[in-house]
Amino acid sequence: MTEQTEASVRAEVRAWLEANWSTDHSLVDWRNKLMDAGWGTPHWPTEWYGRNLPVGLQPIVEEEFKRIGAVGVARVGIRVLAAATILTHGTDEQKKRFLRPSMTGEEAWCQLFSEPGSGSDAAGAVTRADRKGDHYVINGQKLWTSGAQKADFGLLLARTDWDKTKHAGLSFFIIDMHQPGVTVQPLKQMNGHATFNQVFITDATVPANWLVAGEGKGWAVATTTLMHERRAADSLRSWGAAKSDRPGRIYDEERAEAEIALAPYKWYPNRAGRIDLIIPRAKETGKLDDPAVRQEIARLLTLSKSAEWTARRARSAQEQGRPQGPEGSLGKLAASHIARAAARVHTLLSGADSMLAGADGPHAGTIAEILISVPATSIAGGTDEIQRNIIAERVLGMPKEPSIDSDKPYRDVPRNGAG
Amino acid sequence: MKFSFSSEQEEFRAAVRRFLADRSPTKEVRRLMDTESGFDRDAWKALNSELGLCAVRIPESMGGHGFGFGEHCIVLEEMGRALLCAPYFASTVLGAGAILNAGTPMQQQALLPGIASGETIATLASTEDGGSWDAAATTLTATKSGSRWHLNGHKSFVLDGHSADLIVVLARAPGTSGKDGLSLLTVQGAASGLSRRALTTLDPTRKLARLTFSDVEAQLLGEEGQGAAPFEKTMIEAAICLSNEMVGGAARLREDALAYAMMRMQFGRVIGAFQSMKHKQADMLLEVELAKSAAYFAAAALDEQDADIAVTASLAKACASDTYLQTAIHAIQIHGGIGFTWDNDTHLWFKRAKSSEALFGDAHLHRERMMAQMAAPTPASNATA
Repeated sequence: MTEQTEASVRAEVRAWLEANWSTDHSLVDWRNKLMDAGWGTPHWPTEWYGRNLPVGLQPIVEEEFKRIGAVGVARVGIRVLAAATILTHGTDEQKKRFLRPSMTGEEAWCQLFSEPGSGSDAAGAVTRADRKGDHYVINGQKLWTSGAQKADFGLLLARTDWDKTKHAGLSFFIIDMHQPGVTVQPLKQMNGHATFNQVFITDATVPANWLVAGEGKGWAVATTTLMHERRAADSLRSWGAAKSDRPGRIYDEERAEAEIALAPYKWYPNRAGRIDLIIPRAKETGKLDDPAVRQEIARLLTLSKSAEWTARRARSAQEQGRPQGPEGSLGKLAASHIARAAARVHTLLSGADSMLAGADGPHAGTIAEILISVPATSIAGGTDEIQRNIIAERVLGMPKEPSIDSDKPYRDVPRNGAG
Repeated sequence: MKFSFSSEQEEFRAAVRRFLADRSPTKEVRRLMDTESGFDRDAWKALNSELGLCAVRIPESMGGHGFGFGEHCIVLEEMGRALLCAPYFASTVLGAGAILNAGTPMQQQALLPGIASGETIATLASTEDGGSWDAAATTLTATKSGSRWHLNGHKSFVLDGHSADLIVVLARAPGTSGKDGLSLLTVQGAASGLSRRALTTLDPTRKLARLTFSDVEAQLLGEEGQGAAPFEKTMIEAAICLSNEMVGGAARLREDALAYAMMRMQFGRVIGAFQSMKHKQADMLLEVELAKSAAYFAAAALDEQDADIAVTASLAKACASDTYLQTAIHAIQIHGGIGFTWDNDTHLWFKRAKSSEALFGDAHLHRERMMAQMAAPTPASNATA
C-alpha cells in the first residue's frame, strides 16, 4: 500500500467527492456510499468501512467535506460510542451486523451503565445477566439513559458472576431495546425537562453471541466506551452548531435528524451558565453601574476567559504532537465553577425577577432555566468530587482512594438496597 | 495567537531554571533578603554574562537580543519560581520598558545598551505616598528653565529605587492636573539633591524605596507633556510581566506543598492520601493553571499588539493576585504548624504573594479596570453624566 500523504489524501477525497456528491441523495443512500468507499470513517481499518487513515490526516478529509458541503456519517448520540466499542472489542459477526446501520443513522443506540444504586461507582452495577442455553436473561434497572426511548440497541453493563470480585463479575452486552422485557420511562428533572430515562429490564433476553469480549470482561469494554464519551460530547456540540442551512433533499433530511436528536439537549447551554448574556443583562437591568456587581462580573469573566485559554493551551500542545500538561484534565472542574458563578451573577442582575419563571421571568424564562439547570453541571459526566480524585491521582500522582469492595465476592459487598 | 511554547522556548526556560536553581537556592534568598541592596553583584553579573537575561527584550540594535514578551515572561516566571532577589524586574520591565515606550531613538541608543548588559540598573518612579497607580495622582513637579529640568517632590514604592543607577521619573508641569502636563524624565541615582531611603517591607525579597527630590537635575525622556501614554503602556506591560512572575511563584508553592503532603506521615499514612488533601491539591492545580493561562495569553497578546491588551492585562493581574495569595494560604495550611515557622521556606513565597498582590494595583482595582475598558462606564463617570 502506498503511503498516505496530506496531498495524496486531499487529491483522493476531493476526486471521490466530486464524482459522487449530490444534494439529491437520500441521507441513508449517501451514507451507505460513504461506508462503501471508506470516506465516512476513514480512520477505521480498511476491512471495516475505513481507510486506515492516520488521525493526523483526518482534518484534511473534514476540510474537503466542508469545502464542497458534503454531509458526513451519523455522529450524534451513543452510536459513536457503540461503534468505537464494537470496533475495538466486538466479534466480526457483531461488526458486520452493527457498524454500518449505526453510521448511516438507521439504527440508534443508548448506554445502559448507571443504575439507581451505582452512580459515580459504575462498576457497582447489580443488573443481572443469567445464562440460559443460547441466550442471557437480563433483570435490573438502569438510569440516566439518554435517548433510550428512540434507541434500537443498548450497550449493557450487567453482572454475570456474583462470586467473582466487583469488576471481574461484569460483562458487556448488546441488547435489543424493542422487546417486551424493556420498559423506558422518561425521568423528569428539577428543571422540568426529561433528557434522560429510567430503563426497567424484566426477563429481557440477549442472544449469547451478542456478549462483547467474553464473560468477566465487561469493565474493560465499558472503559473503552467511557473513554470515547467526552470526545462524542464535543462533536455533538460542534455538529449541532455547524448544521448547513443550504437547500437540498439531503440537507432537509439532515436537519430533520438533527432537530430530533438535539431536542432533549436544548437546555444544555443554559446549564453552562450563559456567560454570553451577562453583559447584556447587566446593561438592561441597570446593574452595570453597581460597583459590587461589577466586581462579580469581572470575577466571572476572568474565570471563564482563563478556562477558555487553558483549553486552547491543551489543544495547542496536542496539535503540536506534544503531550498535554495538567491543563488538559481541568476543563470539567472549571466548567462547574463557571456555571455556579454565572448563576450567582445572573441572580444578582435579576434581583426580584430571579423569583419568576416562564413567560413572567426575564428573557422569557431563560434566566430561570439557567438558575435551575446549573446544578447539573457539577454532577453530569462525573461529579466534581470524582473529578478532583481523578486529578489528584492521575495528574498529581497522589495515593488512590482505598478500595474496600474490590477484593471479595461481590455478593458480600454492602450496597444500596441490600442491607 | 500562540497558545503553547516552542521547543526553543522550552529549552530556554530549562536553561534559566538550571541557572536559578544553582544561583538562587532559598539559602541564598534568605541571605540576600537581609541585605540592604537585596541582591548579589556577582550573581547579577553571571545572569548577564552567562545568559544575557537583561538583554532579552531589548532590540538588537541597542545591545539586546530582540526577543519578545513571550521570552521575557519566561525569564520572569522562572525568577518568580526561584524567588530570585535581584533588581531584574525594576531594570528590564520598568526602566527599560519606560525608555522603550517614551524615549527618542537617540535616547534609547544612549540608555539601553547599559541596561542590556546589566551594567546599568534602572527603575521607574511613579507612585507617591498616596499609593495610587494612576498617572493622574502625580504631584512631583518638573520645572523647565532653558534646556534644563529640575524635579521637586517625592516618590515612594519605587522598586529597587535605593540602589538603581538610573531612575525614570513621572512628573508634572507646575499648575497642571489630571493626565495633562505629565512628562517622563531620567535622573542619575547619584544625582545631587536626591535622597533615597530603603523602606521596611513586608516582603524582604522585594526592595522598595522612598525618594525625595530637591531641585534634582533631570533629562527629559521623549516629549514634554506627553508622558501619560507611554507611562500607561509601561504599566500594562508591568502588570502582565508581574502576572507571569507571580504564576511562577504560585506553581512552586503548589509543587512544594504537594511534595510535603506526599512525605508527611500522620495516622499511619502520608497526609496526601487523605481525600481532603487530594481535593485541595486538585483545586490548587486548577487555580494555578488558569492563572498561568491568563498570564501566558497576556504575554502573547502583548507581542501581537492586541487591541484589548488593557483588559487582558487587568484580567491576568486580577487572576494572578487572587491565585498566588490563595495558593500561599493553602500551602501554609498543608504544612501545618511547621508552615508557620521562620525556618520553613513557605513564608518567603507567602510574603512575595502579598507584595505582588498589591503591586501595580490589587485584584479589586484591576477588575474595575476590566469593566471600565469593556465599554462599561464607571459608576463615577456615569453619575456625572
